[in-house]
Amino acid sequence: MTVKLYIDAIRDAMVQEMRSDPSVFVLGEDIGLRGGVFRVTQGMIEEFGEQRVMDTPLAESGIVGVAVGAAAMGLKPIAEIQFVDFILPAVNQIISEAAKMRYRSNNDWTCPMVIRAPFGGGVHGALYHSQSLEAMFYHIPGLKVVIPSTAADAKGLLTAAIRDPDPVLFFEHKGMYRSIRDDVPDGEHVVPIGQAAVRRVGTDITVITYGLMVHYAMQAADELEKQGISTYILDLRSILPLDRDAIVDAARKTGKVLVVHEDNKTGGVGGEISAIIAEEALFDLDAPIVRLGGPDVPAMAFNASMERFYMLNPAKIADAMRTLAAF
Amino acid sequence: MVDVLMPKLGESVTEGTLGQWLKQVGDPVQKYDSLVEVVTDKVTAEIPSDVDGVLSEILVEQNHTVVVGTVIARITTVDKIPDSIVSVSASSIVVDRQETALKPQKNTKRFSPAVRQLAAMHHIDPLSVPGTGLGGRVTRKDILLAVSTPLVDQSVQKRPATVLQPQAPLSRTFHDQQANDQLLTITPIRRTIATRMTDSSRDIPHAWMMVEVDVTNMVKLREMNKCSFKEKEGIDLTFFPFFMKAVVEALKAFPMVNSSWTDDHIILHKEVNLSVAVATEDALVVPVIHQADRLSVFGLAAAVTNLAARARQNKLTIADVQGGTFTLNNTGAFGSIQSMPIINTPQAAIVSVESIVRRPVVVNSDCLAIRSMVNLCISIDHRVLDGLVTGRFMRYIKDKLEAMDDSTSLY
Repeated sequence: MTVKLYIDAIRDAMVQEMRSDPSVFVLGEDIGLRGGVFRVTQGMIEEFGEQRVMDTPLAESGIVGVAVGAAAMGLKPIAEIQFVDFILPAVNQIISEAAKMRYRSNNDWTCPMVIRAPFGGGVHGALYHSQSLEAMFYHIPGLKVVIPSTAADAKGLLTAAIRDPDPVLFFEHKGMYRSIRDDVPDGEHVVPIGQAAVRRVGTDITVITYGLMVHYAMQAADELEKQGISTYILDLRSILPLDRDAIVDAARKTGKVLVVHEDNKTGGVGGEISAIIAEEALFDLDAPIVRLGGPDVPAMAFNASMERFYMLNPAKIADAMRTLAAF
Repeated sequence: MVDVLMPKLGESVTEGTLGQWLKQVGDPVQKYDSLVEVVTDKVTAEIPSDVDGVLSEILVEQNHTVVVGTVIARITTVDKIPDSIVSVSASSIVVDRQETALKPQKNTKRFSPAVRQLAAMHHIDPLSVPGTGLGGRVTRKDILLAVSTPLVDQSVQKRPATVLQPQAPLSRTFHDQQANDQLLTITPIRRTIATRMTDSSRDIPHAWMMVEVDVTNMVKLREMNKCSFKEKEGIDLTFFPFFMKAVVEALKAFPMVNSSWTDDHIILHKEVNLSVAVATEDALVVPVIHQADRLSVFGLAAAVTNLAARARQNKLTIADVQGGTFTLNNTGAFGSIQSMPIINTPQAAIVSVESIVRRPVVVNSDCLAIRSMVNLCISIDHRVLDGLVTGRFMRYIKDKLEAMDDSTSLY
């Protein structure tokens, strides 16, 4: 075990897999000489050369298209989209090609590809560098969507994603790159995709969340603990597939469920989680399921006040938790 | 009701200390009005209001340190000010929530699916269980409690109310106090200075050295250019930028001096970021000239003039005081001819420039001459630096200063 930053754990997973498997390579904008705009791939071109750490033109559909082709030919590409906001030109490649390759070819062809992309706000990224787009993709069968909240999970889930025979979207909250650090297992470390993790055990309310919001919810729970409210926190880790058993189990623990995500509320992952609970655990509910998400406005603004208005924070989450606990 | 939060005043800043409240409870507040001073690591900033309204609660008092994001005050927005707040005192304020889904249910006979199921399973009548939920609702927990502890009076099952405890003030020691002595409150910036000085003097084994430099020709150079420089550039040409120039060049030549001690490593800083001590009436601030090695004498003069002016107006930003790698101190301005400065952690050394004094000196082996002499005093972190390097470093500065003459360029 070594305490590592979230960003270093991500690089760790890629470097380890590239050392042990020559078919793994990375491609994306400025990831080679520049080491990526966030420095995730720093130092990798020096070790692996430009054939395996490939700087691409600024054309996301090209990046993903190349990755789909390489994956079809048996390589294992890790495509970096510089910000998830820029993934939109590549959506046709992702949804119509990557997600459907196995189905369309009746299992003859697979698409063992990872797309990494930083998402999320709170860092003055404004309109084009703050979005959370996971809800667009969790609707698409054939894809996997992973959003780790700890450095250890980042390494374990990225390793699992690289080894997965099908396309995996790996979303990294950019605010966590250098603010989150924890014990990361040295050497090989795999966290299976599709398994949630219980981060905190409690009896009054359940919070189900993922990404940066896990940390905010933990802080809010610390605060509420002082007021005698005990919180159960489930970190989803994977958005697609969702860990239905863990979700239903978490709901049954307290009967009061708050689903939290930074992404805006309408049509977000929270709706699906609420529906699963309503379908499978109605008679265990002691309060209406509550969703807390970003406001349904087109974008996160640059200026600090408007950004604070948009972003959830531990205080907003604590308020919602307190209200639910009092019900 | 709007919460006022401790803002994040810099990339790595995680907490701040409140200075003076510029508005009091009951004061009307306009959007962008300054509410309170915040002091972080040597910079004072003011937190503006985001809204129009009335300052209704101050939750964190002056001199208390809180983490970024803490609610420090509340403002009642202008469209709904209760009369009780506009008048002087703010007592407790009731917050009304609007979550429609969770509105209290008047009919306490409505039970949640969980309550119905548990009550049926344990054969108890939920109406007989005292409810602790919103509006007296019987909760799942109430049923579980009733099942586990039957026939015990559960009417008193209230949660403790939310109490916001201001953080305890830092410890202080009062010395013997005589009848007529006056007690001064320690301002946040004074306390910051105190903490940092104590840390430095406790953690760093200081060692000292002083060299004497003949700056007669440098003085002439400055006299020669003084008027035209002021005319051309609009700023005064003082002696200080010449010393800065020599020190910066010496730091380039001796990177060991431009370093920091950590328990694992000695960090050699690539950039030369020169901290310059600036005294204001009530405090000492040390703004930083970043990448000072890229500046000419003119550039240094302009940079230090700008920083000193902003320091005296309390207008320094966090970026202005971060990242210094070496400190130059102008004690000569106070008339001092010798000093032993305390190192500005985590730097490895600090140099004081003392007063330039005209006095008789032996020159050309056996002649006396009146020369302009100055003492340069250095304090070093003896964990990082030894006498040998320090001596060479000071010698280098001395040579640079003594080599200046009419032909030295300011640009």
